[in-house]
Amino acid sequence: MTRRYTSTAIALHWLMAILIFGLLALGFYMQDLPLSPEKLKLYSWHKWAGVTAFLLVLVRLAWRAGHRPPPLPETMAKPLQFAAHAGHLALYALMLAIPLSGWLMSSAKGFQTVWFGVLPIPDLLDKNKELGDLLQTVHMSLNLLFAAVIAGHVGAALKHHFIDKDDILSRMLPQHGEPK
Amino acid sequence: MKRLALTIALALSGTISAQAVEYSQVQPERSSVAFVYQQMGVSVDGRFRKFASQLSFDPARPTAGKAVFDVDLGSVDTGAAEGDEEVAGKQWFNTKAFPTARFVSGTVKPLGGNRYEIAGQLSIKGKTQAVVVPATFTAQGNSGVFEGAFTIRRADFAIGEGSWAKFDIVANDVQIKFRITATGK
Repeated sequence: MTRRYTSTAIALHWLMAILIFGLLALGFYMQDLPLSPEKLKLYSWHKWAGVTAFLLVLVRLAWRAGHRPPPLPETMAKPLQFAAHAGHLALYALMLAIPLSGWLMSSAKGFQTVWFGVLPIPDLLDKNKELGDLLQTVHMSLNLLFAAVIAGHVGAALKHHFIDKDDILSRMLPQHGEPK
Repeated sequence: MKRLALTIALALSGTISAQAVEYSQVQPERSSVAFVYQQMGVSVDGRFRKFASQLSFDPARPTAGKAVFDVDLGSVDTGAAEGDEEVAGKQWFNTKAFPTARFVSGTVKPLGGNRYEIAGQLSIKGKTQAVVVPATFTAQGNSGVFEGAFTIRRADFAIGEGSWAKFDIVANDVQIKFRITATGK
């Protein structure tokens, strides 16, 4: 039985990890900037990257539906296994909900999302200031939650690697040298 | 009976001569001044909440029509509070020094049907440019509605200077859309 993730799953995981760290950092950084052409540019980039992340998570879910991830080690206590699954479920839910909330927020604020300045994403909501402000709070809160869940995810992976000394982290790492 | 006939006759003549009404009382709550521009390829719109105008237009004598339009630039609604603050500033409208934009009509040219072309002078931020404004006029009961749109280049009026002067983020072309409802005297 294979103990590793497929190369596609590994590639998608790390590609999204980089994208998500970039999006989070950019998102928290740009909101406090004074209005400038630079700020408008960063907002556009953030929105383009957000749409990209949303599409990637759909690809990832489709891949995962056809390729079951390797099981958790049997040495893991049942409550911890449950926590791991719940954590992954939360990550996927947030990876879907956050770009959606960002898109709806942009719609309500009257700033349409046009992917890479080329492909317009339809506005689902009409311009509405109160709703826009509410969705901004939702987008922000979901991201704070996301950052917390990611911290737990990274912490758990490091605990498995350095304390439990199992293969949970290494099976998600790109393979080095000869395949075993 | 005679009186009734007279009333009907007057009422009828009223509808027939409705064309001769001179529309001059602008109804601000049924009027709007909005704008559309491109921001990194994305259409963004906004509006002005306050404007005032003196108008006289008789569809029977369109070329005698006149309009002076003042837009309170500080009443801008860009869709975001920080945007409203920014465009009131020195680099954009500089509302402290130039609080209003003014349009003064010149020649009115009928284009057939309910379409007209109004030449005029538009002054914003101390700069005046000749503009030609296409508009339609539609009588709706007691009131008349003027509707139209024209495009200006913000650089012609030094709107958006300094770091905003380039057009890569905020385009040069800005479309002004208006809908003015006026009633007869």
